[in-house]
Formats: sequence, structure tokens, C-alpha cells
Amino acid sequence: MVEQLLFVLVFPGLIFLSAMGLAAEFVDRKLYARFQNRIGPPWFQPLADFIKLLGKEVVIPDEAHPVLFRMAPVIAVASAVAALFPIPLWQQRALIQFPGDLIVVLYLLTLPTFMFFVGGWSSCSLFAKIGSVRTMTQLFAFEIPLYLTTLTAAILAGSWSLSDIAAFYASRPGLFAVNLPGFLVALVTLMGKLERVPFDIPEAETEIVAGAFTEYSGRWLAVFHLAIDIEMVVGAALLSAVFLPFGLGVGAAGGFLVFVAKVFFIVFLLSVARSIVARLRLDQMIAFCWKIMAPVAGLQLLINLAVKGLFLK
Amino acid sequence: MSSEREFRIPVGPQHPALKEPAGFSLALKGEKILGAEIRLGYNHRGIEKGCEGRSYIQALYLVERICGICSHSHATLFAQTVEEIAGIEVPARAKYLRVIVAELERIHSHLLWLGVAGHEIGFDTLLMYTWRDREVVMDLLAEISGNRVNYGMNTIGGVRRDISPELAGRILAGIEVIEERTKYYLEVAAEEETLKDRLVGVGVVPKDAAEELGAVGPTARASGIACDIRRDDPYAAYAELSFEVVTDDHCDVYGRTVVRIKEILESCRIIRQAVKELPDGPIAVRAPRKIPAGEAVGRYEAPRGELLHYIRADGSEKPDRVKVRTPTLANIQAVRYMLRDRFLADMPIVVAAIDPCFSCTDRKVELQEGKRRRVLRWEEVRLAGVQWYLRRGVDFGPLGKKLAQKIDG
Repeated sequence: MVEQLLFVLVFPGLIFLSAMGLAAEFVDRKLYARFQNRIGPPWFQPLADFIKLLGKEVVIPDEAHPVLFRMAPVIAVASAVAALFPIPLWQQRALIQFPGDLIVVLYLLTLPTFMFFVGGWSSCSLFAKIGSVRTMTQLFAFEIPLYLTTLTAAILAGSWSLSDIAAFYASRPGLFAVNLPGFLVALVTLMGKLERVPFDIPEAETEIVAGAFTEYSGRWLAVFHLAIDIEMVVGAALLSAVFLPFGLGVGAAGGFLVFVAKVFFIVFLLSVARSIVARLRLDQMIAFCWKIMAPVAGLQLLINLAVKGLFLK
Repeated sequence: MSSEREFRIPVGPQHPALKEPAGFSLALKGEKILGAEIRLGYNHRGIEKGCEGRSYIQALYLVERICGICSHSHATLFAQTVEEIAGIEVPARAKYLRVIVAELERIHSHLLWLGVAGHEIGFDTLLMYTWRDREVVMDLLAEISGNRVNYGMNTIGGVRRDISPELAGRILAGIEVIEERTKYYLEVAAEEETLKDRLVGVGVVPKDAAEELGAVGPTARASGIACDIRRDDPYAAYAELSFEVVTDDHCDVYGRTVVRIKEILESCRIIRQAVKELPDGPIAVRAPRKIPAGEAVGRYEAPRGELLHYIRADGSEKPDRVKVRTPTLANIQAVRYMLRDRFLADMPIVVAAIDPCFSCTDRKVELQEGKRRRVLRWEEVRLAGVQWYLRRGVDFGPLGKKLAQKIDG
């Protein structure tokens, strides 16, 4: 019981994930700044921002639903943290594993996005509502390709349990190359999930202020920001477990370093992507996801079925 | 889309997309803009009126502060218009120096615009890059005049500061850097797909509509109208310099971007010529304190388009009337046309594409019935401002009462 509590709250649960999330945010911000010829923040800036927000006054609109407004950020953090446990991090076995845990992880990773919608919608502000609608509209565009590619990788492994998938790819690292198009699709859709440029349409500040977060302030905003940071780490962990099956059997310390390196590599890719493009419009984003991302994911499915049928009997 | 109901969304007076207060009320259906109402007037400062209470040389410094970006445009045009009334012939060297500073100002204004445009479409890397390169021009302007903005170069009858041969060399070197970087931006604009996705076909104003709406400057030139006061009605030394009027037939925000980037290259050409052909001689002639009675309208190609100053002199040392028509006032009508049937996401870039300067544009207009005319006193203008804000819920407290007492007593 105590051990499980430690797992959930300290390592690799909430506290470790928060630290990792803030570190990922720092890496992202620093890289983004360096790409833009700026100096960038010091390493403790994300933590300082978090603490500062905790100390700020909380203003909740009168019209807002008092419970939903407060619960949305908490549920977002909770579901993002919960999504981590079935993912194998530095061993081939995750903390929790059962058949079909991949579906649970994907579902839990959808919840934060849904909570952005709930929080924005329940705050009853015009900008927040437009942002919420945009969040949901976007969700339907990027979620399908993301599900499709991760499940495609699972089909090749013949299991819907992340631990089995990781074990399968770890024994055949060459198959990583087969899933490369799927990895790119997953990376792009992860950008949509994290609402980053070019898919930061729901919080486009020059159009709708802060979108769903417009009415949030103080600690609730801090919790939302933390949720996004954690989601970034968990999303990167999911991608590295499914698509980057390297260094899983090199012991606890070595495996941990490889895991951190893989997460920061994905954060690096995300930072590069956001510094070289402009924000798309909602209609362009949906067209892009359905006309390019979804067909590529479908193609990946065909490739994997062929590989499975021809070579992995 | 889930909500197909019509609703109105306020953008401004305070909004992250706007760099200064202006009110836009957009009627939306989903993400689509059905119509837009534009309310200006949040920044009225009474500078025209303020000029009437000051001597010509004081008013020159006041008009320089109409705009923080095209300050040299206002000061030069004011000086030129007063010189025209007084019949002062400005030395050739002063004319060239005015051109050099004016073109450096155009470069800094266009680079600033390019960065703002990048920010409006969520391309912050472009903002950071252009503003870094803009520092080159800002440093040059600071070296020439001592200031990064509000250069204070002009005086009635010429300019106040000269350029040494060493400084001329540094200007040419700086221009090299700007030219090289600008060519890179032209490449980015031509090749970057997401940038083109957001700019091409957005905020379209065809040539005939642009003419009808009275668009000026880069907004008009991007719709294929080759209007440029520097060529059409040359002032300062422009008649002796060779340059091209950049036009584009995209008629959209992309066209306006390309026009501005190409204009930076043209400005570099002009500066290079002006520095090389800089004539010798004095930089100013002495101007009388009292300007003889008369009136004149001056025109000037500011970075944002055609700028108009009207000055009436009554023979005293203070102007009788100063009227400024800024390019934003001419272009703002086109914004409503551009916003029609566009998406909400296009609104910031469409508004930014005319490079608006609202504080320069804001005027107090008093509609009166009948033929009664009167001249407002300075206190009355301030009181009108206080009351205007009071109606919108901003209370300045006892200031209004104090002004009312002053007017009565």
C-alpha cells in the first residue's frame, strides 16, 4: 500500500512527473529562444512561474460553474499522471499492465484536452467559449490519426498492451524503421494535443486572448499549465515506448538516462517544429489532419499488415 | 460546427492583437465574420489644437510626437509646409539628409511591421528575427540623430545635424546588412508554406475597390495602384534620385507583405544614392520667427502611405490652424471591406496589414446643426475627452469639474 502510494505520488508519479514536466518546459522554452536568437529563460523559470501563479489572486467569474471550473484543471493533471503508469519507461515492463492498456493510455491522454473544453465552457466567457469550441473541433481532427498510428504499431506487435509492444520492438529494433511514417504522424498530432504552434488555434492570443484559459488565474491556471507540461512528458514517453524501442534492457540507471534522453529528443523535435512555422487556421488544420495525416496513418496500416503477413508469420 | 448562432465578439479597446486601443465589434457566425464595426477615438490627444498655442518651432516638435514610428515624416512635412508658406529655400544638403533619415525610418517601420505581422499569425520566430535586424537601423538613426525615435532632425529651414564622412561609411555598411537580410525575408515569404497559407487570398481588395475606398501607400500599391508621393509630387531630394514604385497584383495581405519587403530594398537603393551624392554646403538657413500669412497643404509619402498636413498662418509666430490627415484614416475604410466573409482567425492580420496607427488618426469631431461655428479652447477639448471617457465608465474624478470651472470662470 505504502509502496503503491509512493509510486503514484512521488516516483514515477506526480512529483517526478511534475519535475520532469517543468524540465521539459524549460528545454522547450530555451531551445525556442535560441532558435529565435534570444537568450531564453534560466533553468528555474518554469518552476518560478508555477510558484508565482500559486501565490496570485484567484478570480472566478460569477457566471462560471464553481465546481466544474475548479475540477477541470485537477482532472486534467490527474488523468495525465494516470496515463503514465501503463507506459514502459526504462524497463520492458510497465508498473501496471493488462491487455488493452494502450487504449486506456490514449483515452486518458484525451481527457486533458476534454478538460480544456470543460474549463473554458464552464467559465462562460465569450473568448473562452470560442476557444473551447475550437479545442473540440481540433480534437476530432488530430485524434483519429494519432489513434490510428499507435494502434497500427500495436497490430504489428500483435498485442494491445504497451509492455508487450515495447518488448516486441525491443527484440526486433529494426522494425522501428517500418513505423517511421507513423512516428512522424504521431509527432505532428502530439503538437495538436499540446496545442502548440502551428496548432495553437484554441489559444491563439491575437484572436481570442487565451482561448479556454482566458478566465483562469492564480493556482488553477498554474495547474492547467502543469497539466500541459505533464502531458508533454507522458505523450513523449508514449511515443518513445511505441516508436523508439531502444535502450530498454540496460539496467535501471542506464535505462533511466535513455528514457530522459528520448523524452528530451522528442521535446527538441517539437521545439524545432514550433519555431519554423506560422499558426494555421482552423479550417486549414482540419484539412491538413484529414487529407494528409489520416491517409499517411492509413498507409502505415497497410504497410504494417503487409509486413506482418509476409515476414512475421 | 456546433454553434451556428450569430453572436458578437468585441476585439478591443483592450486586446492582445492590438498594439493600441481601438474597438472592433465583429458579428460572427461560427468562425465566419459577417460584419465589422470599427470604433476609433480612444487615443485622442488634441495635438492639432495643441499646435495652435505654440510657436512654429515648438509645434514642429509636437507634431513629431504624433507618431512614434513615422515621427520624421510628420516633422519633415510640417517643416516643408511651413517653408512653403514662408517661401524659404532649403539648402540641397539638408534635402538629402532629410531623405536619408526618411528612408532609414521607412526601413525600420517596414521591418517592425513584418515582425508584427508574423506575430499576428503566430509566427513569432519572424518577429524575433526582423526586430533583431531592425536594431541595425535603430542604431544608425541613434548615431545620426542621438535618438532611436523622435529624431529631432528637422528645423524650419533645414536640418539640425550633419553626417560626417565616417558616419556615411557606417550607414552604407549597415545598409549592406539590411539588404542581405531583407533578401532572405523575401525568400521566406516566397517559400514558407504556412506563411503563404495564412496570407494568400486573405483581406482581398481589388484594384477598383481600393481606388474607390481611397486606400494609400503599400495597401494601395499591393492592389496594383502605382501611387507614390515621392514620384507623383516629389519633395526634398526625391526628384534627383532614381527609384522604382513597387507594386503587386496579389491584392491581398501577401501582396502587402511583398510590397513592403521590396520597398525596404528600394529604400536601401535610395539611401546609397543619397549618401554618395550628398552635396556640400550648409545644412540649414535661418527662418523668421513670424511666418507670413498664408496657407498650404503638404503631401508626403510616409511608410504607411500618403500623409497630408494643412497649415494656415496668420502672420504671427503661432500657426492659426494645423490639420493632419494620416494614412491610417485613408486605409481604415478598406479594413471593413477586407474583413467581410473572412474567418475570425484572419482578423488580426487583416487589420495589421494596413499597418494602422490609431493614435495618429484619432480626431475629435463635433457635429453641429446650423451655421454656428466656434473655436474650441484648449480646456474645452480636454473636458470633451474627460466626458467621453466618463460615458464609457472611466472616471477621472475632480479633473472634469476643475476643467468645467475653468471654462466658466
